[in-house]
Amino acid sequence: MLRILNRVARTGTLTEALDDTPLQSLGIAVRRRLDARFAGSLAIRHVDAGSCNGCELELHALGNPYHDLEQYGIRFVASPRHADALLVTGVVSRHMQAALLDAWQAMPAPKLVIAAGSCACDGGEFGCSYATVGAVDALLPVDVAIAGCPPTPVALLKGLLAALGREGRLTGRDRPR
Amino acid sequence: MSPARPTLAAAVADLVLAGPEARPGLGGVLACDVAPADWARSAAAMAANGGRLAALWIDPGAQPWRALALFANGGDYVLLQAELAEDPTRLPSLSPHFAAAERIERGLHDLLGLEFEGLVDRRRWVRHRAWGADEHPLRAAPVPPARVPADTDYAYAPIHGESVHQVQVGPIHAGIIEPGQFRFATVGEQALRLELRLGFVHRGVQAQAVGRNADGLLRLATRVSGDSAVAHAWAAAMALERAATTEPPARALALRALLLERERVANHLGDAGAIANDVGFSFAQMQFSALRERWQRSNAMLFGHRLLFDTLAPGGVRCDLDGEGMARLLRDHRELRESMTPLTDIVLDHPSLDDRLIGTGVLSAEDARQLGCIGYVGRASGQDVDLRRDAPHAPYDSLDVRVPLYAQGDVAARLRVRLDEIMVSLDLMDRLLASLPAGPVATTWEPPARGGAGLGLVEGWRGETIAWVSLDGSGRVTCYQPRDPSVMNWPALERLLPGNIVPDFPVCNKSINGSYAGHDL
Repeated sequence: MLRILNRVARTGTLTEALDDTPLQSLGIAVRRRLDARFAGSLAIRHVDAGSCNGCELELHALGNPYHDLEQYGIRFVASPRHADALLVTGVVSRHMQAALLDAWQAMPAPKLVIAAGSCACDGGEFGCSYATVGAVDALLPVDVAIAGCPPTPVALLKGLLAALGREGRLTGRDRPR
Repeated sequence: MSPARPTLAAAVADLVLAGPEARPGLGGVLACDVAPADWARSAAAMAANGGRLAALWIDPGAQPWRALALFANGGDYVLLQAELAEDPTRLPSLSPHFAAAERIERGLHDLLGLEFEGLVDRRRWVRHRAWGADEHPLRAAPVPPARVPADTDYAYAPIHGESVHQVQVGPIHAGIIEPGQFRFATVGEQALRLELRLGFVHRGVQAQAVGRNADGLLRLATRVSGDSAVAHAWAAAMALERAATTEPPARALALRALLLERERVANHLGDAGAIANDVGFSFAQMQFSALRERWQRSNAMLFGHRLLFDTLAPGGVRCDLDGEGMARLLRDHRELRESMTPLTDIVLDHPSLDDRLIGTGVLSAEDARQLGCIGYVGRASGQDVDLRRDAPHAPYDSLDVRVPLYAQGDVAARLRVRLDEIMVSLDLMDRLLASLPAGPVATTWEPPARGGAGLGLVEGWRGETIAWVSLDGSGRVTCYQPRDPSVMNWPALERLLPGNIVPDFPVCNKSINGSYAGHDL
């Protein structure tokens, strides 16, 4: 136990300090918008619809001590029924089409759809084929597209901020394309 | 690659039509041509002589189609080939001799319509409901329905018995994870059986590759499995270079090895934290993920990408290191080593972790051997295989690679292999930097004038990573077949889970950490 406490004390706080780093100004902005629109918290259900798993690695990085996503009140949830936003990574594979639609339909409205990564935004290296439907847009109404292959954690945070800035769209569409 | 000892090839000496012989495109791997009728008999001879099945695929770009199987015993690699000239619709199954062949053959049937004689399990594998039983995407692209229904009628193996319950999870899991389906049969809290169902992220990688040029192929290879971007890109680049008899400059090869080791360290750091987290020890998760983040930031600063995507080029690499960069890397290595020592002490000697990890998810050495498990999964169960030592290509042929090996086969052993390998990689990277050759980082890659094929083999962080690339005369890809280590390691999960409690499934799964994307292609 002492070894652990010693390690914790030596590590200190790694979360990027409250100064002019882009992450922080971004974080504060996210926090303000969340407070205003979602009573201080945003619950995200992530679905990998055909990713190479690069995007997942960067989503995981959002949770490390440097980014500490939860400090902004944003968290990933297990059930789509608890989610405000659906974050989709990967080109939509035909074999994931039904599951992705099910997850989206299970979410309470209003609901946001965030397409994260080049594949989800425009099909990336894979596009539309016998195996893939293409971008998320081909199936669901996308509110925010976060580019990058994969998007960096900072890009993801910026994308979330953009998602929260989408006023008129917050009612969400309740019908798939 | 050092010349292979002739033992495996000698096993099929009386069956071969041509060979065993070294051929262009294969590095040091010996080729043996056999008749399709002798396909399974040859594999049986390999099995009897201690060979493991490393990869099995069809090259539909070749006319006639060619069946290929790669066997290995230590550093002894043999490529068995059969031309499907007379009857391109059937081939004897290797599944009676190699358990791993079963699902590979089911997948090949789905994609190519090949009938495997003697294959007992004829259920579909890669195919869900996007195309019909009589359609085969690598023969002719099917036109899927606008709405592909959920695959609800897959015939899981039936199980009967009093108080046996079945639990199904997936394809979407509770977390930031790739999709796949697991069907558990349980009695009380104990798992009686587990059956996997994969293929949800089938993106048609093989079909996507056809017609691409070398640059396009490497972009695709980078995205076969994002966590193994360097491993797959290097395997594909090696195949391209061997097909064209191009030798990348020494500096490029040293930099590739540096990138490959960096990828290994990043993933092992992530896994070590995630394994601890799956048994509620979030302290280690935070510590390891912080180390990983620092590591990835150096990747971005020095090599232009946090996950090292697109750092390789046909004929070399797209990045270089100056003195400042080298100094930064050496400092990174020192800092990581200093951080690892106290962390490893805690993780390997903490009663609550010991209680959850030791003796959990035991994969016996016999199961690992039978399935042909590789990488940290194999090495935690006594399978002493590592390409970097057994059949080293440059620059590993001039580095002495120490290979951690454990016999216990439990989650703790798979964690230990990773922790040990981080330290081995740090040492290798220091040595690579100390002897980094001067000179260019790439040479021009010219397509072979009359086409050709090449085989690439790289020890990625997950294990032996393989690529087969065929080219036509204009340098366009006619076949790309990557083999992610996950293909060989996924079935291990089904063997090691029975007898464990269902709540231990996540940590067992994480300790294997198969790639869904790399498997489904």
